[in-house]
Amino acid sequence: MDTSDVNILIVDDEESVRSSLYKWFIEDGYTVDTAADAKEALQKLEKQPWDIILLDIKMPGMNGLELQERIRDIDPTIVIIMITAYASVDTAVQALKAGAFDYVTKPFDPDDLEHLIRNAIEKRKLTRENLQLKQKISQLSPEETIIAESPQMKHVLELVDTVAQTDSTVLIHGESGTGKEVIARTIHNRSRRRLFPMIAVNCGALPESLLESELFGHEKGAFTGAQYRRKGKIELADGGTLFLDEIGDISPKTQLDLLRVLETKQFTRLGGNQIIRSDFRLICATNKNLEEEVRKGNFREDLFYRINVFFILIPPLRERREDIPALAHFFVQKYSRAMNKPIHDISPEAMKRLMEHNWPGNVRELENAIERAMVIGKPPVIQPQDLPFAQVLPFDPATMDSDSLEAIEKAHISAVLARTHWNIKRSAEILDIDRVTLYNKIKKYNLQKP
Amino acid sequence: MRNTLYIVPVHHPRLENLELLKQALSEVFSLHVEFLNLELDIEAVFNIRRHQYHSTEILAYLLDRMPDDTERILAVTDLDLYIPILTFVFGEAQLRGRAAVVSCHRLKNEFYGIPADNDILMDRLIKEAVHELGHTYGLIHCTNYACVMHASTYVEEIDIKDYHFCPACQALLAGTEPRQP
Repeated sequence: MDTSDVNILIVDDEESVRSSLYKWFIEDGYTVDTAADAKEALQKLEKQPWDIILLDIKMPGMNGLELQERIRDIDPTIVIIMITAYASVDTAVQALKAGAFDYVTKPFDPDDLEHLIRNAIEKRKLTRENLQLKQKISQLSPEETIIAESPQMKHVLELVDTVAQTDSTVLIHGESGTGKEVIARTIHNRSRRRLFPMIAVNCGALPESLLESELFGHEKGAFTGAQYRRKGKIELADGGTLFLDEIGDISPKTQLDLLRVLETKQFTRLGGNQIIRSDFRLICATNKNLEEEVRKGNFREDLFYRINVFFILIPPLRERREDIPALAHFFVQKYSRAMNKPIHDISPEAMKRLMEHNWPGNVRELENAIERAMVIGKPPVIQPQDLPFAQVLPFDPATMDSDSLEAIEKAHISAVLARTHWNIKRSAEILDIDRVTLYNKIKKYNLQKP
Repeated sequence: MRNTLYIVPVHHPRLENLELLKQALSEVFSLHVEFLNLELDIEAVFNIRRHQYHSTEILAYLLDRMPDDTERILAVTDLDLYIPILTFVFGEAQLRGRAAVVSCHRLKNEFYGIPADNDILMDRLIKEAVHELGHTYGLIHCTNYACVMHASTYVEEIDIKDYHFCPACQALLAGTEPRQP
């Protein structure tokens, strides 16, 4: 850092102190100014930013300690160095407790002063870098936001708030893409365990042997290829939260192992015999009906009761269409910032299309649709043609080969099925017929799901 | 015409060193160098509590009494110098001014409990004199550790640096007010 980029303000009622320090810093190339009292210092603080303030503790009027508090209010990142006489070291300690970076006792040793300023600059640099990085991180991954306009999602948020403060095991049920991990992370972030990590494991993505190693860790030589000891996710979640996604997909053996860990909070790594304890809060998620899986014998009943302490159901997006506009606008703003593209709204026609779509992929599908629309769309608003799902127009009888009633019925059913992405229940509702009748007509007209 | 660099001995016991200093400064700054005796009342700049002498007051004294043809004026003293906020200074100068002062007091090995060495003292004295005069030409401290304008808060740092300006400082110096040879 070029010293001229460093702004130093000297606040001291003694003219000789101000002038000699001013001269000292000027010779080192710093940008320096002085103030004879708190009032003048505050005026100079309003005019421009300062990096380092050397502040005399004993001044008439507002003393250095009081001024320090005011400076903290104006800019908490300014590095404050208190200047004190021998007699007021106690006060200097008080200043340190109130957040001053350091203190120097008059007169200073030149070498001490040089080191002190160098350290103060380093601290200021690190504080700035830290702030910049935090801003960058928050821009890259804004805090998980849950959009809840619908009564169903408002209820989910109430449940989240209720359970977050407890240590209860939570089971989240929802279709793929409804945001089960977002809910789990919100519970974690609002819990007393938030300062520890939330460790997420997608149980559905790993075969049994790998999942066991992932969860419990392994000792060196536990199996072929295990060249080093490895800590498992359960061990890593100590103090925090363990989030097991797709819990309904784990094998019977892993279900049993997991049940033992949940009962004792103890386990051993694969190939090891050392008992390891881990204090974690468990949140599980599934898109399967676990009660049904228990009935079918695919999921252990004892494990089900162990994880189903507090149940949260996230409704699919098609059942809470009130959330679509707010979610869509949220994603528009998110990608507008990320892509630095001035699209800030959605046209009424495009919004109508979003409202009509069935969203089998739920919020994730909506987010992907908006992201794609932001890529191909032109400012200032998203238009219907920017949306990824094909426009399904009502059939036009003029284009049909035959005017028979059957041909018209076939074309109409095809169009409705395409519009709902072959959602039989919703298509039947639109056609105002029951599902059996719809199945029969699909068979009759030999309609094929694309 | 301002063309002379005056060296003013103040309470300086070893005048033979000043001849060497005069020669060195003449080479470095390409100036005509002369000695000047001013009757400085050192008691007037003495601080009884600190047992040290206020360097800024010495500068004021020099500025008051310098001859008309003074290009720069440098006091060389054996006194222990201070400015109010610091425990000591090796010297002081007016930034972009005309007066400077250097002290041998803390440049001597004896001050640190080791045997006296006049060659080392001379080396340090020339460097500090060039350094302070550099400030009078507007040069600030240089990050190049070998440059004479590098800040030195202890004597070992003075020993490390050269008594010449680094190319960057030399260029800055060349851009200052024109001087008579």
